Amino acid sequence: MQLIQILIIGTNKPIMETIARLIDRDGIWQATIAFSIDDAFDVCLLKDFKIVLIGAGIDEDEELKLKAHLVKSKPNLPIVKHYGGGSGLLFAEIHQALNSNTKH
Amino acid sequence: MAQTVVHKANTRGVADHGWLKSYQSFSFAGYYNPERINFGALRVLNDDIVTGGKGFGEHPHDNMEIISIPLEGELQHKDSMGNTATIKAGEIQVMSAGTGIYHSEYNPDATKPAKFLQIWLFPNKRNVTPRYDQIEVNTANKQNEFVQILSPNKDDAGVWIYQDAWFNLANFDANTTKTYSFHKEGNGLYVFVLKGKVEVNGEALDTRDGFGIWDTNSVEIKAIADAEFLLMEVPMEF
Repeated sequence: MQLIQILIIGTNKPIMETIARLIDRDGIWQATIAFSIDDAFDVCLLKDFKIVLIGAGIDEDEELKLKAHLVKSKPNLPIVKHYGGGSGLLFAEIHQALNSNTKH
Repeated sequence: MAQTVVHKANTRGVADHGWLKSYQSFSFAGYYNPERINFGALRVLNDDIVTGGKGFGEHPHDNMEIISIPLEGELQHKDSMGNTATIKAGEIQVMSAGTGIYHSEYNPDATKPAKFLQIWLFPNKRNVTPRYDQIEVNTANKQNEFVQILSPNKDDAGVWIYQDAWFNLANFDANTTKTYSFHKEGNGLYVFVLKGKVEVNGEALDTRDGFGIWDTNSVEIKAIADAEFLLMEVPMEF
């Protein structure tokens, strides 16, 4: 079975690692962490990501920069803000994003 | 015309982890219902019962306004900012998780469960410096009144958060009727009945029922029987 690839971006290392662990635990999703938008620019072209989650420490300008970067190559890739920093909202955010046809 | 939504108590999500029983008004953790994601900025309303001597081990949060209202028993709080505190019924705790915080919440009494509401609101500002606060709620001589316990203003009654939200607790005698006036245009009101029976906008609500109303400036609330309830005014767009 092919795993659904999820890119998570945030500057808080322990929280990003927790979120990645929660995503990977599901068995159908796989997380890749980027600790900055610059890292994300490089990483997002390496895999066929289905969702990008924006975590803590990434500001609006950086998020807009990422959207602008991806608008041509991956116009339908949902880029959503993650809230809560743990399992509470994570699964609903992923389900919602997978069911959306987000355009930047 | 006002729009409304009713969430009857028995339609909430339920998670039973043995040490924790959680009744969830909105999608949370393993409970996912696309029709129950949020009410405006109100994202989580968990009605939690923690077994004596058990609790939530250290875990992280970010970018969320987290409010805990103990209903029975106590919780012992510890966090990564160095705060150690105990909260009990009659108090309210708030955390702005911002860039990230770790905390634990334990029921220190091995003999009694701790019951509390865990409420999460989307913040109006991301990546703020984390903060913690708790206060005692003064409800003395305030029977049949709305008692403000939360607002966006540091110098107002109750705790404050990074959101244009106002919370009130109320303890009404049967047949008391009061009108709640909204603080801000565009906000909605979510009523959660803690005990008893109330009528809001003609809708009869029992214990632990939830009722949301928006596109209006005021709401009439009547206690059909003696009742305690929580009013959460939150932005519908944020």
